[in-house]
Amino acid sequence: MLSELKEQLAYIEEGLENEVLAGKIAFDELTLTVRAENIIRVLVFLKEDGDCLYEQLVDISGADYLEREKRFDVVYHLLSYTHNHRIRIKVETDENTPVPSATGVYSSAGWFEREIWDLYGVLFSGHPDLRRILTDYGFQGHPLRKDFPLTGYLEVRYSDQQKRVVYEPVKLPQDFRRFDFMSPWEGAKYILPEGGGEEGDGNDRS
Amino acid sequence: MVMTEVEVKNYNLNFGPQHPAAHGVLRLIMELDGEVVERLDPHIGLLHRGTEKLIEYKTYLQAIPYFDRLDYGAPMNQEHAFALAVEKLLGCEVPERAKYIRVLYAELSRIMNHLMCTTTHAMDVGAMTPILWGFEEREKLLVFYERVSGSRMHAAYFRPGGVHQDLPDGLAEDIYAWTESFPKVLDDMASLLVENRIFKQRNVDIGVADRPAAYDWGFTGVMLRSTGVPWDLRKAQPYDGYEKFDFDIPVGKHGDAYARFLIRFEEMRQSLRIMRQAIEKMPKGPITTLDPKISPPKRADMKTSMEALINHFKLYTEGYRVPEGEVYVATEAPKGEFAIYLVSDGSNRPYRCKIRAPGFCHLQSLDWMCRGHMLADVPAVLGSMDIVFGEVDR
Repeated sequence: MLSELKEQLAYIEEGLENEVLAGKIAFDELTLTVRAENIIRVLVFLKEDGDCLYEQLVDISGADYLEREKRFDVVYHLLSYTHNHRIRIKVETDENTPVPSATGVYSSAGWFEREIWDLYGVLFSGHPDLRRILTDYGFQGHPLRKDFPLTGYLEVRYSDQQKRVVYEPVKLPQDFRRFDFMSPWEGAKYILPEGGGEEGDGNDRS
Repeated sequence: MVMTEVEVKNYNLNFGPQHPAAHGVLRLIMELDGEVVERLDPHIGLLHRGTEKLIEYKTYLQAIPYFDRLDYGAPMNQEHAFALAVEKLLGCEVPERAKYIRVLYAELSRIMNHLMCTTTHAMDVGAMTPILWGFEEREKLLVFYERVSGSRMHAAYFRPGGVHQDLPDGLAEDIYAWTESFPKVLDDMASLLVENRIFKQRNVDIGVADRPAAYDWGFTGVMLRSTGVPWDLRKAQPYDGYEKFDFDIPVGKHGDAYARFLIRFEEMRQSLRIMRQAIEKMPKGPITTLDPKISPPKRADMKTSMEALINHFKLYTEGYRVPEGEVYVATEAPKGEFAIYLVSDGSNRPYRCKIRAPGFCHLQSLDWMCRGHMLADVPAVLGSMDIVFGEVDR
């Protein structure tokens, strides 16, 4: 299994030597990292090359890494029915840089890209119909971003006086609590308010 | 009288979201030319609950109940994919008995799902009786769910590392007895539908897809097999010991709604075979991994051992940490390839958990499939796609 994957990776790296930034095998899965502007060329190669033949685009997923300069990952999963192989392709982008749409190569990309636009706000250039898909009509913001609060900003209820559903800002009787389970012996970095006495890094507590 | 030329305009029809044939909360904006569908725009997301976002704020164990609520036609198949994904990241071994129990219940869920799908599909095209017969059997399966997990639908039974509890006494025998009585009901239902003239008129040659289109639109599962591709993840990329079972994969020829219906019917019979083999060959032994970092201690130990109590408390508050990495784990759910793309940052919560639902892809192709069909064919195509909005909207 592993040697087969290595062969496959070597073959793809040879065929796409200018496009592939990094190739990795982990958990018996093959991952390629490519530049966003090359994604179409990579997909076409992987779909049509006789030794790859990844006929199906199974999934496109987004991921948000807030601390990175290019904060979003767009992750493509392809499946080859002929060779029984899977591959993952990752592309990095930010809020403003569009990724070329894969709809021309695989029709199934249409809704996946709409979903990523909706939930992450990643733009896809050349997409025929880039509308929101999962969220409410008139929704603002991109909920799967890491800086979007879990509770959201608006809540809806039926107003008996107005005889319709009304939108109101979220009111929480208690703030959302997120516990950290860091062991105090492992030294969590607790940031104390300024002038709060000792400068605690958590290590020197008796 | 002079005939004047009348300009006929297409008109838009709004279908759903509250409509019995919409299988939940689908809203379709249809552009019709007379009774012929010119264009379809499915509006989904009316059941969007933010599952993926919620999972990012829960520990791995707390995330499991969300999976029951995705495809509520076959809850355990979703848990299965998540459990396998977490196990792959943890690198943990699952005991043999747990695998057999999972296979048994995954197949039981498949029958549950197909019973619901085929009978509601039949109802969409006008047959009322099968749904009454089918749901009577489905109810018996829900009782098996309840007996093993305490819950009729939202079982939370497959856990990373194994299953939650062992089968209670007598359950395996009762399931076995059911697998022997069920084929009779299946035959009765088949006699109502398979050769039924009205049913065939409504389904044969409706919603036809060929092999390249199926690849292109991301079809998996029954939708793909109906176009003649002999592909089933249980055979092609076996998980949880499916390679040890003897079963066949029904494949269609024509790729229409009728073929999909027949494949589901045959799959139920094959699932019965797997269930019988699972019960016959099920070994004795533990039902969850013995690693105390992942699975909780026994109740009896907790009554006497302080360490076991602490272990239990830590597991159910903090949970376990999962090593850094990312995996994509696909399982053959009744509707198609149900997969989890799981990213872990080494903490006790998933960093990202993308749920790849088969219905999402299938529904996407509805526009392409229904163009040129009559308005009344849309529910037939929709019914044959086996859409459940819990998983499409997530």
